[in-house]
Amino acid sequence: MQVENKKEFRPKIVAFCCNWCSYAGADLAGSSRLAYPADVKIIRVPCSCRVNPMFILRAFQRGADGVILCGCHPGDCHYTTGNYYARRRMTLLFSMLDYLGVEHGRTRVEWVSAAEGVKFSTTMNEFVEKIYSLGENVRLEDLRCKRD
Amino acid sequence: MQRIGVFVCHCGTNIAATVDIARVVEAAAKEPGVVHAEDYQYMCSEAGQLKIREAIKEKNLTGIVVCSCSPRMHENTFRQAAQRAGINPYMVEIANIREHCSWIHKDMEEATEKAVILARAAIAKVLLNAPLEAGTSRVVKRALVIGGGIAGIQTALDIADAGYEVDIVEKTPSIGGRMSQLDKTFPTLDCSACILTPKMVEAAAHEKITIYTYSEVEKVSGFVGDFQVDIRKKARSVDMSKCTGCGVCQEKCPSKKTPNEFNRGLNTRSAIYTPFAQAIPNVPVIDRENCIKFKTGKCGVCAKVCQAGAIDYEQQDEIVTQNYGAIVVATGFDTIKLDQFDEYSYSTSPDVITSLELERIMNAAGPTKGHLERMSDHRAPKSMVFIQCVGSRCADKRGKSYCSKICCMYTAKHAMLIRDKYPDVEVTVFYIDVRTPGKNFDEFYRRAVEDYGVNYIKGQVGKVAEKGDKLLVQGVDLLDNKRIVMETDMVVLATAIEPNPDVRKIATMLTASIDTNNFLTESHAKLRPVESPTAGIFLSGVCQGPKDIPETVAQAGAAAVKVVGLLAKDHLVTNPCVAKSDTLLCNGCSSCEKVCPYGAISYEEREVNDHGIRETRRVAVVNSALCQGCGACTVACPSGAMDLQGFSNRQILAEVDAICR
Amino acid sequence: MQERLIERAKELLAEGTVVRVLGWKRGDLGYDPEPAYFNSPEELEDFVYDGFCGANLSKYMIQAGKLEGNTLVFLKPCDTYSFNQLIKEHRVNREKTYIIGVGCKGTLDIDKVKSAGIKGIERVSCQGDVLKIQTIYGEKEFPFQEALLERCTVCKGKTHQIYDELIGAEEGEEAGPLGNRFEMVEKLEAMSPEERFAFWQKELSKCIRCNACRNVCPACSCLKCVFDSNQFDSAQKANADTFEEQMFHIIRAFHVAGRCTDCGECSRVCPQGIPLHLLNRKFIKDINEFYGEYQAGEDTESRAPLTNFTFEDVEPGIVSERGGRH
Repeated sequence: MQVENKKEFRPKIVAFCCNWCSYAGADLAGSSRLAYPADVKIIRVPCSCRVNPMFILRAFQRGADGVILCGCHPGDCHYTTGNYYARRRMTLLFSMLDYLGVEHGRTRVEWVSAAEGVKFSTTMNEFVEKIYSLGENVRLEDLRCKRD
Repeated sequence: MQRIGVFVCHCGTNIAATVDIARVVEAAAKEPGVVHAEDYQYMCSEAGQLKIREAIKEKNLTGIVVCSCSPRMHENTFRQAAQRAGINPYMVEIANIREHCSWIHKDMEEATEKAVILARAAIAKVLLNAPLEAGTSRVVKRALVIGGGIAGIQTALDIADAGYEVDIVEKTPSIGGRMSQLDKTFPTLDCSACILTPKMVEAAAHEKITIYTYSEVEKVSGFVGDFQVDIRKKARSVDMSKCTGCGVCQEKCPSKKTPNEFNRGLNTRSAIYTPFAQAIPNVPVIDRENCIKFKTGKCGVCAKVCQAGAIDYEQQDEIVTQNYGAIVVATGFDTIKLDQFDEYSYSTSPDVITSLELERIMNAAGPTKGHLERMSDHRAPKSMVFIQCVGSRCADKRGKSYCSKICCMYTAKHAMLIRDKYPDVEVTVFYIDVRTPGKNFDEFYRRAVEDYGVNYIKGQVGKVAEKGDKLLVQGVDLLDNKRIVMETDMVVLATAIEPNPDVRKIATMLTASIDTNNFLTESHAKLRPVESPTAGIFLSGVCQGPKDIPETVAQAGAAAVKVVGLLAKDHLVTNPCVAKSDTLLCNGCSSCEKVCPYGAISYEEREVNDHGIRETRRVAVVNSALCQGCGACTVACPSGAMDLQGFSNRQILAEVDAICR
Repeated sequence: MQERLIERAKELLAEGTVVRVLGWKRGDLGYDPEPAYFNSPEELEDFVYDGFCGANLSKYMIQAGKLEGNTLVFLKPCDTYSFNQLIKEHRVNREKTYIIGVGCKGTLDIDKVKSAGIKGIERVSCQGDVLKIQTIYGEKEFPFQEALLERCTVCKGKTHQIYDELIGAEEGEEAGPLGNRFEMVEKLEAMSPEERFAFWQKELSKCIRCNACRNVCPACSCLKCVFDSNQFDSAQKANADTFEEQMFHIIRAFHVAGRCTDCGECSRVCPQGIPLHLLNRKFIKDINEFYGEYQAGEDTESRAPLTNFTFEDVEPGIVSERGGRH
């Protein structure tokens, strides 16, 4: 279900993937030839708990249209507890972004195991589709302290 | 100034069919810091690696980026190649342009564009890489086993047989644990003492094993390979070197009213006691809380009757400090308290007992010398009801959500033994499900039903009430969908088991994680089931989860193998991609310490020179031997003092910037 | 009360319990006292305690704890939460601190008086429910309640969480009838994302990056702020609209999430009048809703919400589920 290139707009999408589950899940999606749009670029991190909200904000500020964080399923973290902290951090961050008026569809967390190549691909397809429907991210890039 | 080389792999046609390799090379070459870019059919091949090595030497490269398959495939290959060419192996980054690009995209234009961006991100990252050195730490060739039950004994024996010193620390006066309280064992019905006692003796006699009974672990510091442990040897009030174990002191002791823990309080014992006849060591202890001499100062009978002169009222607790390379937790279990389960009349009727109490009653050395009788009037029962899952698989907070695993089998065992020895006793079992997944388990259970005529009723008991000298059991039969009210003489509760209450304290000392039920957590539920996430801590027996004796022994052996594997190493190589705190930025706020799953962060008062200001500050220090490099601490740190080597803030931001450029 | 405080401070100085006093010092105008150290009985002549002593002195104790000798500090009930939080984070030295918990009727916002058209203010005094205001145009009156800072209209209680002695306050004192402190947060939540975005863009665009909020905030106690170090490549002063400029307030709010006691100092000191507390309160409200009621600074031991978890925590997807208004 690869998304067709409908418009001029090509979103920039950053996907943070934990090394042990989701990055391996993305590898499996690759070796199973499960397509998802090229707009998604993966950054490997040891654990979802390594992802600082600053990384996500930085991506938006530098022009990303969507940021997705993938980690091991709760209970399966290679480091036992990392994704539990990530879950709280991201819940609060996403809620704050929503509060600031940034479309909440631009951020997502998904738990993807090393065996879930299909889920990885499906998730990315859905997410890209969502970003296409939201269009270009102007809000977070522009939420600045500039004086009019 | 970094000098980066970029190597783009065709992977035959795997990459080259969808990615325009020439364009990737061209684009990479234009990136700042890149002084060399080339491509090759198979970079991972010997010829490909040779190209890398040659380029590193010829162009004086400081770091390389390989655009190829997943780093999970060949990161190590390329790191080794780099190392052979004389640069630090951690100056290598991989751009995954196969699994994450060529294999999932069909459009060449799109895939090429993406490959260029992925290469760019890897280049941006490697520019910020720093050489990392794997450190080493020593391994003390001695193991500590906490708990002297069958799990601890077996683990200790297996480690000792491999040639390493082992210490067992046991809280009670004797090793043996729960298994020593059991009468017979399923599914073969061998006598528990007959198979356990030889193991106890073997452990006691083993030249590599030191046993500390009546002792507790008091303090643990250090880390994998080198833990320092304080063991408190509680004052026994009996000199172990003099006592002959004749038992006269126990006979003559005038204070005989203390509930006997070993017999689950079904009878009493003297204040000076050995818990059971086969105790190891066979040296009594004085229970100072119940000893007349200690309470009033008058008595001293035991000292008078002891011909060996072993009684020592002045004995003090002793602290033994020892270093260990590995620690095994084998703290076992207890049955849950039943104060929340009033419906079974356990606290009011002496004829409502737990299964473990029944074990003692059935045991020839138990309070009834092995005669099956009611505790209220010592009459032999005519009928008995067993109630399964008391506190196990319990939806509410009174009990435990999990299955205690052993109850179905020991109840079948009890029912069978009773029907065998006392064929006129009617035995009824109320159960939710009968679970028999184990070798010869279902056959065993079916024998109870088919050969011994045990009456199994699927359904739960709502109430047990005293009615005259009988017990009235009210339950349901779910298969016949009817209420059942029956009179019986004895009720036996298959009480849920829970980890030994002390495990919380021990886990905290070891910084080993425990779950909501106080079971110790494994490092990986499937692939590392006998290791705690805390390096150097291993799990043996029920402290990790409910299990029966064969499983416990198997796990004990597995834990021993892991310990031996660790102790066999001359030194430990540490992962260099660990967290590191910048002393000048650290506030000492403890946020990082709270989220560290490994207890790798501690605090030190350090003298700092912050741009001319000299002061002592509380700062975080990461123990690189314990840190596994998850990075949880880096985000918890508000000031950015904590960073992760190999995945630093600046490196990840550089990747973000490169992708979003 | 001011006299009692001065008298007690003098006693404590004289008996050597403390060697300095941290309090509020009379300013140039009648309504701008500022935090100050008093090292002698003479210096205490300038000590003032009135409704304009809004400044939370907890954070100054980080520095005071490093000085020789003990320090007496005056803390209002809400300030004690900050002090507790700082103890939890090992930032202040309890042993070297003598805390007098001072009673508080609420602190005042001079801008509320000024915006009512009262100009040329020279002195303000409080008589019952009325503020008597000396101006160059004569004496004016203003209702006390209407001059309260927003944070005091939703006061979190008159009980001191930590102290050595109380003056002008009683243990277990109840606050008067209170407003809902989340009222404005709820209002924003009820808006459309476009309206919310417009609101915040307008507010945050006023920011002149003077760092007053950061400097006054007791939770922003880092020795060196991430925005001043190069750990995140965020200290690029040359570029006018870098990451730092655009994300400062969001990141600051995130960094204090779970640690912010809602003392409201950020909004009080903002020269541009940006309602910064609304960012912090959003986090507090979310934390309360998602992870159970939590008040930072209520104790010195408990784990902060972001350094804690339960297996059953809500998933981040709840944000989309709840706010399906896009």
